[in-house]
Amino acid sequence: MIRLEARPAPSRLMVLLSPVIALAVTVAVAAILFASLGKDPARGLYVFLLKPFSEVRLLSELGLKATPLILCSLGLALCYRSNVWNIGAEGQFLLGAIAGGGLAMWVTMNGVAVNRWGFFPFVVVAGALGGAAWAAVVAFLKDRFHANEILVSLMLVYVANLLLTWLMFGPWKDPKGWNFPQTVSFAADTTIPRVFRGLRVNWGLAVALAAAGLMWAFLFRTFRGLQLQVGGPAPAAARYAGFSARGALWTTLLASGGLAGLAGAFEAVGPMGQLTPHVSTGYGFTAIIVAFVGRLHPLGCILASVLLSTFLIGGEQAQSTIQMPSALTGVFQGVLLLAMLACDAFILFRVRRGAVALRAGRAS
Amino acid sequence: MTTRSLLNTLAAGALLASTVLFGCSKKEEPKPEPAAAPAPAPEPPKPEPLKAAWIYVGPVGDAGWTFAHDLGRKGVEAKFGDKVKTSYVENVPEGADAERVIRDLVAQGNKIIFATSFGFMDSMVKVAKDFPDVYFEHATGYQTSPNLRVYEGRFYEPAYLAGIVAGGMTKTNTLGFVASVPIPEVLRNINAFTLGAQSVNPKVKTKLVWINAWFDPPKETEAAQALINQGADVLLQNTDSTAVLQTAEKNGKYAFGWDSDMSAFAPKAHLGSCLLHWDVYYTKAIGDVLDKTWKTDMVKLGIKEGGNDFVKMSDAIPENIRKKVEEAKQYLIDHPGEVYRGPIKDQSGKEVLAKGQVADEKMKAEMNFLVKGVEGKIPTSK
Amino acid sequence: MNELASFIGTAFASGTVLAVAGLGLLINERAGVINLGAEGLMLVSAVTGFAVAAGTGSSWLAFAAGAAAAALVAACFGWLVIWLNANQYATGLAVTLFGTGFSAFVGVSYVGRKLDLPLNHSVPVLGDIPFLGVALFRQHPLVYLALALALLLSWFFWRTRTGLIVRAIGESPDSAHALGYRVRLIRLAAVVAGGALCGVAGTFLSVAYTPLWVERMTAGRGWIALALTVFATWRPGRLLLGAYLFGGVNVLQLTLQAQGVQIPAPFMSMSPYLATIAVLCIISSNPAWIRLNMPASLGRPFFPSQ
Repeated sequence: MIRLEARPAPSRLMVLLSPVIALAVTVAVAAILFASLGKDPARGLYVFLLKPFSEVRLLSELGLKATPLILCSLGLALCYRSNVWNIGAEGQFLLGAIAGGGLAMWVTMNGVAVNRWGFFPFVVVAGALGGAAWAAVVAFLKDRFHANEILVSLMLVYVANLLLTWLMFGPWKDPKGWNFPQTVSFAADTTIPRVFRGLRVNWGLAVALAAAGLMWAFLFRTFRGLQLQVGGPAPAAARYAGFSARGALWTTLLASGGLAGLAGAFEAVGPMGQLTPHVSTGYGFTAIIVAFVGRLHPLGCILASVLLSTFLIGGEQAQSTIQMPSALTGVFQGVLLLAMLACDAFILFRVRRGAVALRAGRAS
Repeated sequence: MTTRSLLNTLAAGALLASTVLFGCSKKEEPKPEPAAAPAPAPEPPKPEPLKAAWIYVGPVGDAGWTFAHDLGRKGVEAKFGDKVKTSYVENVPEGADAERVIRDLVAQGNKIIFATSFGFMDSMVKVAKDFPDVYFEHATGYQTSPNLRVYEGRFYEPAYLAGIVAGGMTKTNTLGFVASVPIPEVLRNINAFTLGAQSVNPKVKTKLVWINAWFDPPKETEAAQALINQGADVLLQNTDSTAVLQTAEKNGKYAFGWDSDMSAFAPKAHLGSCLLHWDVYYTKAIGDVLDKTWKTDMVKLGIKEGGNDFVKMSDAIPENIRKKVEEAKQYLIDHPGEVYRGPIKDQSGKEVLAKGQVADEKMKAEMNFLVKGVEGKIPTSK
Repeated sequence: MNELASFIGTAFASGTVLAVAGLGLLINERAGVINLGAEGLMLVSAVTGFAVAAGTGSSWLAFAAGAAAAALVAACFGWLVIWLNANQYATGLAVTLFGTGFSAFVGVSYVGRKLDLPLNHSVPVLGDIPFLGVALFRQHPLVYLALALALLLSWFFWRTRTGLIVRAIGESPDSAHALGYRVRLIRLAAVVAGGALCGVAGTFLSVAYTPLWVERMTAGRGWIALALTVFATWRPGRLLLGAYLFGGVNVLQLTLQAQGVQIPAPFMSMSPYLATIAVLCIISSNPAWIRLNMPASLGRPFFPSQ
């Protein structure tokens, strides 16, 4: 009979292999699904996974799509390492979009003269403040009332969505927009500067990468970062050592809220150039998966963001070139994460054959 | 911990690097070499089919808005056969992603692209600027450019006809309307429905519920139920699923199909369907491109042009009401779009159209009031 | 008066989906496992139930199939989380994601299809009573089953030995393990049973409540069901009340609109979520109360001692 037995020490090999196996499983499932729909699996896999890398324009789109994912997942990785389960990045993203977009709207409607590089830092600050403020609500309620942060942050996502809807249909509606729920188009000079002419990727990506670098330095090179990571899995020991759970709560939530808010502001002021109810396509939730697939490590977050952006863009390509249904992207994302979680178990456990050895005290 | 994570990310990086290298070295699949055939007589080469693409905001199978557009696309295929090659992308979010999808379609060689929802407007405008030799067509928008045309249906015409039927069939003099979002198009439909009913039954009221979504069957069901609970016995909706119709069937009330023929879904409740025939417009647009007569415009299609219709009137409708519908239809064919004829008062009692006046395009395009007899408000910021 | 009766009736139906799913999640959480994949489970069961109903025309088969499909996915979740000790939150989210995409994919051919099932249900005799009949006795059988289920679970958890064991596992799996109980198997049973109930709720949505299939048709009800378990401090009776309350608020907002009352719709729609947060704060602020009510081991992995 086959059973799982704990390893004496975590397996280095499995740490390397686990994401590879998970990806392989996802690719296998993808091939089966394509074949079951009567499409050539090889072509399907090519369009889904490789085509996004085959053209400069698509690479730029990958960068653009990965930017909010990197930002959000960095913050979430910080939170999860510290055992703070922030599920509300989507709401924090929306508040950042409202803040950044609101500022751009004010500038546009009042005819304030700006230039792109001069305005960019304001967008950064506004977005970060908006997202951090929303996350602060979660932190406050947990701090003061011990309210579970998972449920509070999740409920606040719905509230944030409804807040955005209210703004779009009400006070922020474009007076010349024929009553459609959207703001004015922001003035061209408020937009985030692009990296290359003709391609949509913008300097928000640089901010995201810089944030990843800073996060790495914080987590692995500063005392405070170490504090947060130790405090996560062993809160009692951490308290004994003098680390404050309260400090961890506020630091991680404000940081992750700020990062998610940045992502939202960049999205609204950058490629969208206005605020509508559709400013997010679920980035906050996709980022949770990205954080896990990226092993809660800044570099992993970057790579996982690129991978999931590939799925998204590849999925669109698959629709228009080989007529694949749009639902496949969600299936692949889910399979990837599930496979990853399953494979990760083998880092701590190994498979053993043979009869169960009965020892005193063991019942199951 | 650090080494482990580093090893981990190196592995992922290696995987990624290999895929990038692989991908960059493989542009497109190599086309099969054409066999060299002897040419006995010089024949003109067959023209490349025109590539046309559609982007949809929802799923094709919604039996509503997107379904109707896709029927239109299939109509193009049926009419033009080999001369056209169509494709579509569904479930495109109306945000920053739309621009990418449209650029992709251009990169794939499509020469005419149809965007079937208002929210695609900005993206269409941006891409149209970059590709002056590709034709862009945007449904229900208001921005045009030399290569961007806007098209819309006069949805309020069949809504008016449905109103006539509703006014004739109601026993409680209370109608119900399940509305999506408070944009002029929807307000036009609500007003047309009410005016049509009032033309045969001046005492009717229309109760109104907003669900802030175009397509949400459970919410549509609840909204319809709330209206029925309040006494409405004939319903119309501006939303895309069959939920309202099915709720009416369940409660023994009447309702209509919207966007497509929904008669099969509710044999007893269905009084008629307000239908969209997008193939009429799409075949014209494709024809324009093939004949090289395409030019930008703000096109409106109604019953006269065959763009929409009110069909499958139920046998339960009495003959006199049917006649009224036929008369109104003929009037609209002779006077396209003239649904709003004064005297019309808004909800506050103010007269917005004097007797003998007809609403012009501007008033219709910017409509932001509800006519007297509608019970319900336009959601505002208050 | 009739309007009030109809409103009550509609609120009951609307709340039943939340109630049944919430009760399933309650079983999970009483055993110490938090399943964030409720939304995915409901969608998988909704599409399965609809497909079976469309194919066989039998409502009962549809419910059975939907429950079985959700139970299967829940079992995979349980295996990952209980035996492989994967992170419960991440795995649950993965289930949500997978369930959403998978159901959309499988359901493509069912969008726009019609079911041939009876639309109206009425309890004989009782359904014809003037006010109460309309308010209470013209519901789908599941509405009454939900009430019975809540009673059953109350009895199970507080009056039976097995229920006590499950609660003990939820409070302290190590103690239960030391006493010789098979913690992991019982937890798996709880997860599967809870999953099956989520499946029943999902099937109800696509086969009875709105006989239609559309992708993502649960529209967040799974998440609200999760919030309900906390709102109800993990007690079946209170959960039922909370479910009808939430369902009622939703319908109330629409009813007020239909009556012409001008309320800023977004704020009304926000109220269930704000209410949940408020209740969360109230019950969590008293540590003693929380200790009394919340299963202590909720969300924490269990490692049987070697």
